[in-house]
Amino acid sequence: MLTGKTFLITGVLMESSIAFHVARLAQEQGASVILTSFGRTMRITEKIAGRLPERPPVIELDVTDEAHLDTLADRLGEHCDQLDGVLHSIGFAPEGAFTFLEASWEDVSTAVHVSAYSLKALAVAALPRMREGSSVVGLTFDASFAWPVYDWMGVAKAAFESTSRYLARDLGPKGVRCNLVAAGPIKTTAARSIPGFEQFEEKWQERAPLGWDVTDPVPTARACVALLSDWFPATTGEIVHVDGGFHAVGT
Amino acid sequence: MAHTEQEILDGLAEIVAEETGVDTAEVTADKSFTDDLDVDSLSMMTIAVSAEEKFGAKIPDEEVKNLKTVGDAVTYIKNNQA
Repeated sequence: MLTGKTFLITGVLMESSIAFHVARLAQEQGASVILTSFGRTMRITEKIAGRLPERPPVIELDVTDEAHLDTLADRLGEHCDQLDGVLHSIGFAPEGAFTFLEASWEDVSTAVHVSAYSLKALAVAALPRMREGSSVVGLTFDASFAWPVYDWMGVAKAAFESTSRYLARDLGPKGVRCNLVAAGPIKTTAARSIPGFEQFEEKWQERAPLGWDVTDPVPTARACVALLSDWFPATTGEIVHVDGGFHAVGT
Repeated sequence: MAHTEQEILDGLAEIVAEETGVDTAEVTADKSFTDDLDVDSLSMMTIAVSAEEKFGAKIPDEEVKNLKTVGDAVTYIKNNQA
């Protein structure tokens, strides 16, 4: 499905990372991948990269570092001429952001910078390498609702979803799509860092018509791969729910 | 071939020393990763991934937080070698 394609994949930390499975499935479908990581997580990503079917290069990219962003396209040139797509699987909020009424602007601004603005920053940084028909895909957690414990990360995700729509508007004329996957809760390193995350688990399993396995990132990864592929050529600014159908039903 | 407890302790000491800069002699079974060896959650993940590769053991992410002391890690690795 992806033979001859090259994708830039952010957010591979552990084997439980959604991005790890996107990279694995993309390689299995014939694509080449380039991973990004940053700072102290570089060493972990480099080790985990060795557990993919083929060891991909890992380049450093802190999405809040202007110098990293400005040089991204040039540095990608060491590994590829053109990209067919980018996976954004990046998010962070300081602990304070998970207490809604007490959170400081400093906490909130960090969450919005790393988790929402970074989609625009990454897409623009990679744009010089992106061929016509390529695809930007990001991961959200349905921001239409106020969830337990998610708090300012939920607000950041609302900004993220809006950012994706504006990117769809501005990248469309360049032949680049931008879509998001709204996944159900998955037990990744990122999720484990959210205090009280386990509150989601049982409810999701009960309410989702298809059921939901919080330990299985593969359905979400498959949707990301599908959106990165040529099989959604006229879809942009869209959010595809991969949540067992949770979003569609009342209690 | 399965590693002995002493082999695991010695190997783990090298991994922890490389990650944190402490002397390998400091890494003894009774030491707490966070309180005695200055290992934060990110360092702990690096140590776990390195240990998996060194000893052929699988350490699931959710198990890592239960490994409070070096001795806990040695025991877990010993019981979960491939």
